[in-house]
Amino acid sequence: MARPTPDTEQRTPPPERARLQAAVRLEGVHKRFGDVTAVDGVTLDVRQGEFFSMLGPSGSGKTTCLRMIAGFETPTSGTVLLLGRDVTRLAPYDRDVNTVFQDYALFPHMTVGQNVEYGLRVKGVAPEERRGRAAEALRMVRLEGFERRKPSQLSGGQRQRVALARALVNQPAVVLLDEPLGALDLKLRQQMQIELKAIQQRIGLTFIYVTHDQEEALTMSDRLAVMNAGRIEQVGTPAEVYEKPSTGFVAGFVGVSNTLSGDAAREVTGSSATITVRPEKIRMLERDERPGDGECSVTGHVRDVVYLGANTRYTVDLDPGGELVVLQQNLARSSMEALEVRGKRVRLAWDRLHSRTLARSEEGTGPPGPGEEGT
Amino acid sequence: MVYLAALAILLVSAFWRLDPLSFSVVHRLGLTNFQILWRESVYRKIAVRTVGISAGVTITDVLLAFPLAYYAARLAGSRLKAAILLSVTLPLWSSYLVRIYAWRLILDRQGLVNWTLHKLHLASVDISFTNWAIWIAFTYLWLPFVFFPIYASLERIPGSFLEASSDMGAKWPMTLRRVILPLALPGIVAGSIFSFSLTLGDYITPTTVGNTQFIGNVVYNNVLGVASNQPFGAAFALVPVAVMAIYLLAARRVGAFEAL
Ligand SMILES: Nc1ncnc2c1ncn2[C@@H]1O[C@H](COP(=O)(O)OP(=O)(O)O)[C@@H](O)[C@H]1O
Ligand SMILES: [Mg+2]
Repeated sequence: MARPTPDTEQRTPPPERARLQAAVRLEGVHKRFGDVTAVDGVTLDVRQGEFFSMLGPSGSGKTTCLRMIAGFETPTSGTVLLLGRDVTRLAPYDRDVNTVFQDYALFPHMTVGQNVEYGLRVKGVAPEERRGRAAEALRMVRLEGFERRKPSQLSGGQRQRVALARALVNQPAVVLLDEPLGALDLKLRQQMQIELKAIQQRIGLTFIYVTHDQEEALTMSDRLAVMNAGRIEQVGTPAEVYEKPSTGFVAGFVGVSNTLSGDAAREVTGSSATITVRPEKIRMLERDERPGDGECSVTGHVRDVVYLGANTRYTVDLDPGGELVVLQQNLARSSMEALEVRGKRVRLAWDRLHSRTLARSEEGTGPPGPGEEGT
Repeated sequence: MVYLAALAILLVSAFWRLDPLSFSVVHRLGLTNFQILWRESVYRKIAVRTVGISAGVTITDVLLAFPLAYYAARLAGSRLKAAILLSVTLPLWSSYLVRIYAWRLILDRQGLVNWTLHKLHLASVDISFTNWAIWIAFTYLWLPFVFFPIYASLERIPGSFLEASSDMGAKWPMTLRRVILPLALPGIVAGSIFSFSLTLGDYITPTTVGNTQFIGNVVYNNVLGVASNQPFGAAFALVPVAVMAIYLLAARRVGAFEAL
């Protein structure tokens, strides 16, 4: 206990330097399990106080990254820095980081209060202070007065909050969350998304949030990293990642994939480089309407129509080959009118600024850079 | 039902007494048998010896079984784990009597232990037919019964609990004390109930491997054997029952059954 805690070390640098310092920095991190490469060269900066998500399909290495930051796994190579300090080989109990586990990992033999106090207790914080801070943390997650309950007496959403309070009470440099809402039903999940984000903004701690749900990542994050096969495809704000996907994988995984390549791309842009465009950016022209200035356009047959209430989704087979999904708001259209379009010839158009040429990095032509946007 | 009725008869008959002249059972309730138990130092000694060795065997078994079970459940690879589980069940492979006679031979003055010590040029020990021999034999006999409940309870603890504990700053000894032991307690109590009650009730090992009597021997002699004082045997048989009841209550007090 005589050793200076990481807490006091953090506070020594002047405030502006402290803010510039990344909360977490991964440098060329690799992790292999036998023949499986789970993480394949990840370099990443997470800024202090930001809500940072790692988004990717199952098996893309998100959890492994998180576990290396927490200290449950040691990288095969590379460095993990926490507020500028190399923690690559430190045990979890020596890192100023707390995790919210997917299964919550609440201790069943302890009350809610004892669970939340656990971190303070093992650090030797006096009982009164402990109780006060635990009550405060429980108030933050709207569970005041639940101290004496057992975890088994709580609902899934309440357990989730206790797990969060148990991490927050330690005021760590970084809170790690591994698909914390995965076990909740849709309605509760959406409610918790809003609440989690609000809590994070209120207390200003750095959150690293792992999810495979693109909508969740887009709505909650300040910035996110899209992962695929152990690598980072792109890092950026939700708007950047959504509107300017830098690889085909990102375009496909974040939102609906609309990519045109080869002949179709040449017909639209004059070049055979692959482009993407978001379904909601595409207009369906009226019969005699011509595309406007700065718009590109293509013709095709409507193959499929799905009426979604507020929107209608059309799948259009293009004359030069390929297909585009078009999402249109149902402003004055009834479901009957929308469904009648099936099989008809249509002309599609969109602003050139909304289509994006993809980097050709995703398949084998060399590792994609960390994809950090220059902002 | 029949079993409960038999137990009830045992309970009642403990309060009857044997008429010393006619050797017939007097069906009147009284505490004569218990007064004898308390007054006669022989019986007190036997009771203390039985309970003491039972406790000693139980503590030793738990101390042996817990680290082994922890290793098998949480650290060992699958092949080593299988080897440990198999070797722990070894005592169950042969009959009870075979095992006891094996121990008698091993611990005999000219037995395996002293033969080995002799080969190593160490002083021989003479523990055959002592309480130490009984203690060793019982510890071996009941180890599987203590090991498996503890193993099962350790196996059931999710790995994320241990990670969460260390994530919140606890080193291993703290995690052991605050997370692992409390969650393994039902298994430890279950295992110790086995070894404790099996030792309390045994009357073969004490006279075979050792040279002393347990409560069970006195009960046997009185109920079925030469002494033939059935009410007194019943009264003495209630001693282990009472001890077990106290033990279970104590276990419940420390919360051993809450996590079940
Ligand atoms: N402890 C482990 N042993 C062996 N393989 C593992 C282990 N942990 C993860 N992996 C493998 O590493 C890859 C990445 O896993 P993970 O990080 O859990 O991905 P995600 O969280 O994105 O679903 C997967 O192929 C997985 O099977
Ligand atoms: Mg995962």
